[in-house]
Order: sequence, then C-alpha cells, then structure tokens
Amino acid sequence: MHLSPDELLFWQYGAFRLNATIVFTWGLMLVLSLGSWLVTRRLSRGLERSRWQNLLEIIVTGIEQQIGEVGLDEPRKYVGFLGSLFLFVATASLFTIVPGYEPPTGSLSTTVALALCVFVAVPLFGIESGGLRAYLSAYLQPTVIMLPFNIISELSRTLALAARLFGNMMSGTMILAILLTITPFIFPIALSALGLLTGMVQAYIFSILAAVYIAAATRTRRPPDGGTTAATGAPA
Amino acid sequence: MLIDWFTVGAQALNFLILVWLLKRFLYKPVLDAIDAREQRVAAELADADAIRATARTERETYRQKNEAFDAQRAALLAQASAEARTQREQLLDEARAAARALADARRERLESEAKALHQAIGVRAQKEVFAIARKTLSDLADAGLEERMVAVFIARLQALTAEELKGLASALAASDGAVSVRSAFDLPPAPRAACEQAITGLLGADVKVGFDTVAELVGGIEMLAGGHKVAWSIAGYLTALETGVTELLRAKEGADATAARGGDDGRR
Repeated sequence: MHLSPDELLFWQYGAFRLNATIVFTWGLMLVLSLGSWLVTRRLSRGLERSRWQNLLEIIVTGIEQQIGEVGLDEPRKYVGFLGSLFLFVATASLFTIVPGYEPPTGSLSTTVALALCVFVAVPLFGIESGGLRAYLSAYLQPTVIMLPFNIISELSRTLALAARLFGNMMSGTMILAILLTITPFIFPIALSALGLLTGMVQAYIFSILAAVYIAAATRTRRPPDGGTTAATGAPA
Repeated sequence: MLIDWFTVGAQALNFLILVWLLKRFLYKPVLDAIDAREQRVAAELADADAIRATARTERETYRQKNEAFDAQRAALLAQASAEARTQREQLLDEARAAARALADARRERLESEAKALHQAIGVRAQKEVFAIARKTLSDLADAGLEERMVAVFIARLQALTAEELKGLASALAASDGAVSVRSAFDLPPAPRAACEQAITGLLGADVKVGFDTVAELVGGIEMLAGGHKVAWSIAGYLTALETGVTELLRAKEGADATAARGGDDGRR
C-alpha cells in the first residue's frame, strides 16, 4: 500500500529514479501521440472523413471553444498548452479502468509539475500578450498595498491547483484500493465509475482554471471595460 | 515526502514534450484540416453564390427577352389581324362591287333583252295590227268611205278655234301660200271640191290648194299649210294606239326593273 506511484520504483541510478509515475506518464504520452499520429497521418480535408478524425476534431474544437468561452481572444494560441493539460489529466484518469495502472496524476510530484508549468506559463503568456511592464503592474492593482497579497494569491493558487488534483486522484485510487480489500465485488466498480467521472471533472477544472489564470494575466493591459480583476477563486 | 523533486522535474519535462508532440501530431493537423475544409466550404459557397447570381442574372435576362418576345408577338399578331381585317374588308368590298357590277350588267342585259323583246313584240304587233287594219281598211275603202273621210276632215277644219285659224293663216302668210292636201287615195272631184271650198272658206280665197296621194296615210286625209298640219287619218289613230302600247310596255319594264333591284338588295 503506497500513497503515490512515486514510491513504486522500477529502476534507480543515483538520483535518477525511474518510478511508476514517470513510466505511466510515458505510456500515456505514447498512447496520445501514437493515437494522434495514426489518425492524423491520413487526414481528410474534404467533407468526407473517418470516425476517428471526427472524434479528434470534436475534441480539439471542443477545447478551442471552451478556451474561447473563458474569455481568451485567440483560443488557438492556447490550445496546445491548455488542451494538453486537459488531455493528459483526462487520459490519466480514464486509464484507471486498466488493472495495475496507477494514474500519474495521483502523484503529488506530477500535479506539482503541472501546477508549476501553469505557474510559469501564466506570466509568460501575460508578458507575451501585454509586455512585461503591463504584466507586473497588474500586481500593484488596485493599490500598491495589494502587492504582497497578489503574490501570495499567485503562489497559493498554484499550490491549490496541485493539491486539488493530487487529492482527488489519490483519494480515488486509495478508496478503490481500500474497497477492494473490504468488498471485492460491485462497490469497486461503482466507485471506479465515480472515479472516472471525478477524473474528468478534475481534468476540466484544472485546465479551465489554468485558462482563467492565463486570461486574467493577458487581460491586465486591457482598458477597464475589458476587466482587470483576475479570477482567483478556485473550487474545492 | 510526497514530493519527489526529480520526478517533478521529469514530469514537467514530460509534459512539455507531450505538449510539443500533441501540437505536432494532433492540434496542428486537425486544425489545419478544419481550416482547409472551412476554406473549401467557403469557396464552394462563394462559387454557389456566384453561380446563383449568374443564374439570377440570366433568368432576369431571359425573362426580359421573353417579355420582349411576347410583346413583339402580340404586336405582330395585332398587326397581322389588322391587315387581315383590312384585306378582308377590301376583298369583301371588291366582291360586293363585282357582285353589284355583275347584277347591274345582268339587269341591264335583262332590261335590254326585255326592251328588245318588247320592241320586237311591239313592232311585230304594230305591224300585224297595222297590216290587219290596212287590210281591213283597204278592203273597206271605197268612194263612200273617202267621202266620209273628207266630211270628217272638213268638220275638223271647221272645228278649229279662232286662235288656231289665226296661227294657221299667219303661218300660211309667212310661206308661199300653198296648202297641200294629202290623202291615201286619189280624191274624186266632188270631195276634192268640197275640201277646197272649205279651205278657201276658212283661210281665204287666194289660197292655192294642191292634192297629193300618199299611200302611208292608210286611210285618211291631212292638210299641210306653212308647217302646220290638220289631219284626220287612220294612221293617226294607229300611231296613238302604238304610243299607248309602248307606254304600257315601258311601265311594265319599269316595274320589272324595280322588282329585280329589290331582289338584288335582299340577296346582298
């Protein structure tokens, strides 16, 4: 019984430790990339297209649409980062139906890594959009006194992002494991289905929150009518 | 410790690689395909719009042409109808004129034929009547008749009014003063003397009275004096009879002609 797939080591050489988190992540990367390549190597540009192409188009355009609805003006620019976040987290939880698999998102290391990526991406997108000065001046809004609170908000929300995903995914796996030892029949299936739902919701929440943070950062340079207040509230 | 910083770094790197891979194999091709399809659909729609616009223009053109054609056809039809009507009227007029001419010619021919026939009949009747009369009168003519004729002639002379006598005398005075008494037969001396006595008694003693025999008088006697004539003869009666018969025939022809014209008008 282990809390995180990090603890499941396959190979170690000094500081280099090949644990289950990394291995399953590679597996997911392989599945996503290979699946995408298989479908997109023969894409139809006409009106007739395959079912798989239809599925991928629905997923990609759905992600693009969601990003647009959050308030980002050029959704296509953010599809790569935000869409990958969603697909990775969603696929990680989807594969929990495979026996022996442990979702890499159940590792706090993974969620911290993803949260750090968001933490770095937000200012990068913000600076790219409005310039360094405009981005930094957003920390002084509405007054200079708010600077430490803004910084704390920035750090805490990153921490919350990581902890929320980790908690949800880890708990799902843990509950499943515990239930398997207590009632091996029926209940694990129901909770597994519930875990799938939770996983999808968490994937959505994670990527949408990242989109909201990026939107808040890119809108700081806008005039007042565009709204300058960043949405920092986060669901549990 | 729940956080393994090596794993954190590896996972961050893994995620960045995944982002690159998905951009390379998923987002870019799919979005490119969608863009290409949208462009194609837009191009097809634009083509369809262009074709529709062209079709609309052509339909408008054809509609205008059709309207022009209809108008032209109607005008031509109207023109042809008017021409046909005019020609019909003209032909009808010509036909009427021809029929009228024919009817007139026929009527004239009929009239001339009738006239000729009537004339022929009249002449024939006249000749027959006169022949019969002459024959009868010739058979009857003798001295006694001539005496009666002279007596009748003298009575007529004496029945002349004073104005007539005056005119006769002035005409006689203007001429050579000779009076010619003509008869169908030679007058015997007694009637001749009676006749001469009556003339001289009326016109004066210096009047020269001559006697001539003219067979055309049939039966009768006449006196010619300076262009004036006093006569009594059967030929005169016959002439009166002939005039009466001719007038009767003419009246009958007139009635026929009127009836024929009425019939023509009815047919027209």
